[in-house]
Amino acid sequence: MKIRTGEQLLMLERELRMAHDHKPCVRVCGGTGCRARGSEDVLARFQELLERKELGGSIELKFTGCHGLCERGPLVSIAPSEIFYQSVEADDVAAIVEETLEHDRVIERLLASDPVTGTRVRREQELPFYRRQHRIVLRLNGVIDPTDIREYLAFGGYRALAKTLENLTPEEVIEIMERSGLRGRGGAGFPTGKKWRLARAAKGTTKYVVCNGDEGDPGAFMDRSLLEGNPHSVLEGMIIGAYAIGATRGIIYVREEYPLAVGTLQVALEQAREYGFLGKAIFGSPLSFDIEIVRGAGAFVAGEETALIAAVEGRVSEPRQRPPYPVERGVWGCPTVINNVETWANVPVIIERGPEWFASLGTATSKGTKIFSLVGKIRNTGLVEIPMGMTVRELVEEIGGGPPPSREIKAVQIGGPSGGCLPKDLFDLPIDYESLVEAGAMMGSGGLIVMDDRTCMVDVARYFMDFLRDESCGKCLPCREGTNRMYELLTRICEGRATESDLDLLEELAQVVKETSLCGLGQTASNPVLTTLRYFRPEYEAHVRERRCPAGVCKALIHYVIAADRCTGCLACVSPCPSQAITGQLKQPHVIDQSRCLKCGLCLEVCQFGAVEVV
Amino acid sequence: MTRLFINGMETEVPEGTSVLEAAQGLGVEIPTLCFHPGLSAYGACRLCVVEIGDLRSGPTRLVSACTYPVQEGLRVRTHSARLERARRMLIELLLSICPSSKRIQDLAAEYQVERVRFPVRDERCILCGLCVRMCAEQMMARAIGFAHRGYRRKVTTPFDLRSEVCRLCGGCLYVCPVCELRCQGPEAPDPVCGSCQAPTCLPAREGLPGAWGVTGNSSVQTKARRGR
Repeated sequence: MKIRTGEQLLMLERELRMAHDHKPCVRVCGGTGCRARGSEDVLARFQELLERKELGGSIELKFTGCHGLCERGPLVSIAPSEIFYQSVEADDVAAIVEETLEHDRVIERLLASDPVTGTRVRREQELPFYRRQHRIVLRLNGVIDPTDIREYLAFGGYRALAKTLENLTPEEVIEIMERSGLRGRGGAGFPTGKKWRLARAAKGTTKYVVCNGDEGDPGAFMDRSLLEGNPHSVLEGMIIGAYAIGATRGIIYVREEYPLAVGTLQVALEQAREYGFLGKAIFGSPLSFDIEIVRGAGAFVAGEETALIAAVEGRVSEPRQRPPYPVERGVWGCPTVINNVETWANVPVIIERGPEWFASLGTATSKGTKIFSLVGKIRNTGLVEIPMGMTVRELVEEIGGGPPPSREIKAVQIGGPSGGCLPKDLFDLPIDYESLVEAGAMMGSGGLIVMDDRTCMVDVARYFMDFLRDESCGKCLPCREGTNRMYELLTRICEGRATESDLDLLEELAQVVKETSLCGLGQTASNPVLTTLRYFRPEYEAHVRERRCPAGVCKALIHYVIAADRCTGCLACVSPCPSQAITGQLKQPHVIDQSRCLKCGLCLEVCQFGAVEVV
Repeated sequence: MTRLFINGMETEVPEGTSVLEAAQGLGVEIPTLCFHPGLSAYGACRLCVVEIGDLRSGPTRLVSACTYPVQEGLRVRTHSARLERARRMLIELLLSICPSSKRIQDLAAEYQVERVRFPVRDERCILCGLCVRMCAEQMMARAIGFAHRGYRRKVTTPFDLRSEVCRLCGGCLYVCPVCELRCQGPEAPDPVCGSCQAPTCLPAREGLPGAWGVTGNSSVQTKARRGR
């Protein structure tokens, strides 16, 4: 069925909503995290039980996108009462069907508990993790079934597109984007409206819009969750963008490592074509536009826009000099707008609710919200969307729930491998583009890794440098050789073989790599080194001067010993030791044979009495 | 025509000219290893970085002169202290992977690079890509290209096998800034030309005797120091 007018769309929407409204609905999270914890089994059990009890007609069952609280998966929420169950296993399903669905009773043990008061919480919204968020882009993630366009339509989907094509000129769309203050969510923060205006003004008969879904940061999954959970919001944004700049072709560049996202997108594209949102004469307007998927082979550097263009054209993804910028010469030499997944998903919301509303969120220069993937040494890992300007502390402590028991948070790494490490003293920093850059980090695409007191900052810098020297395309000397040499220097420091002058050399090299590299990857590759040197210099100095790793991580500089006065002689550490380095009798203090110890840290983990020490 | 300022000197060049060519037109020498007038600009060695922008109106940026197109009113500095510092580090990096190249030793002397603080790893290739571009753009052969990425990147034939499209023309050798040996002739067993061991004459296989007998040495004596 093709939708031709806005009126038709509204009628369909009303119809779909009527059909949905009065039915109870079970939403099982189908995000990658929950699937890994077995949510597919949970879904299958629900299907089986509902069928057996002949409830299939009166209760709806949905496999949705990511709910966000990945730490506690698999997640199940039940509408309309909005009961929120966590860590649901297939064996719990029978109880949920019988108690909650049939008799409207809540199963206490599956509810989440408020970390402060300790009381059980019934709804998502009552948890601090969700309460402090502001979900605009993610509002339908976890609510709709991403493989059914009618679900998106029932929640007002494609309404913004109808409004755009029926009531707005391309110039007006661009003006709305400019007024909204939306900036690129891929990291650099270029004003989206300005980019579109440049592309509209560029000469060329064929123009492209591209969605950059090459999310490669370790520990980041914002774009993936969006594409998996609500692909139509991205498509709608791209169609509006195409209308604004006069593009006829669209490309979604998505990683091959995201098979679920690729699958969801393929289904979404087919359905959008079926309803006439893609193809010729969309909504009866002169706009003809279609989107194809290009699957990337997993190079981190392909997220850089000129490298992405090379990859789309079938060449090796290597960046090139800008200017010319892609808005002048992009894919196949045509004017091209490249925006990140999250940026595109913001577009329909801005059109729908107005630029003034959007600009009222956030800070003076950074408007709207930003999705972060919160990972690392924190209680609530998962996907969060917060208004710009929230402090790091609020994000880490209130939404993230603070460190795991008896640990202390030391730093956060924000902005992915090219971002920086911010120490605890800077946690009152508001999260906006300018403040982060000033502190030496960057917004990046939204990865946020929390580190605790057992993290060595030199080791962290070394880890990221190892990632970058591997992911650098190798085209230009400072990035290829510079990252490799920085890695060598950091390894030397971690192994206690470095001298004072190595620290100076490291800093000097980092500065040159930052200044002379060809593309954004090299220009930001030094950030992990420069920020850790800036904020954690005493740790580097301890490695170099005292041959000591204060966090007890760098293997060459630490020893595990057992404190005889605290060891109860329980033998718990003896059998896990992979190299049989621990000897001892029952109820006698144990001893670690240093010549055999692999420094794996297993004994430290298993000891209940805190007798194993790192020195 | 586009008007720009190089080290304060005003010049006019046709649109589309690179900053490097504009500077060369004025007689300003900018060091470069990966640029050749007969090949497309690549911007890999970064030695030709210049400082663009006006210090009075905001921060300046370093860009490679060979790939940066001239813009109206552009202000360029080619030898500021910031640039010299950056180039010295780049030359030090080059020396650490290609210690025996005369071109690089000469550059080191010019820029007073007196020591190499990194462990030397003699790779005899700076991956400037001149050979790859020569093969593709002038010889129309595309027999060699880059393989792998990051620190594993190397110049080679597809699958490291003897190339069927290589005509053994030696063009790659001719443009190589670090290879100083000539091809041994078409009967040589190696896939492209001879056995000179330079990475442009593929492959510089491990185990084969090196042409120069140079081994990695952390205390490389550069020309500048020897001259004292």
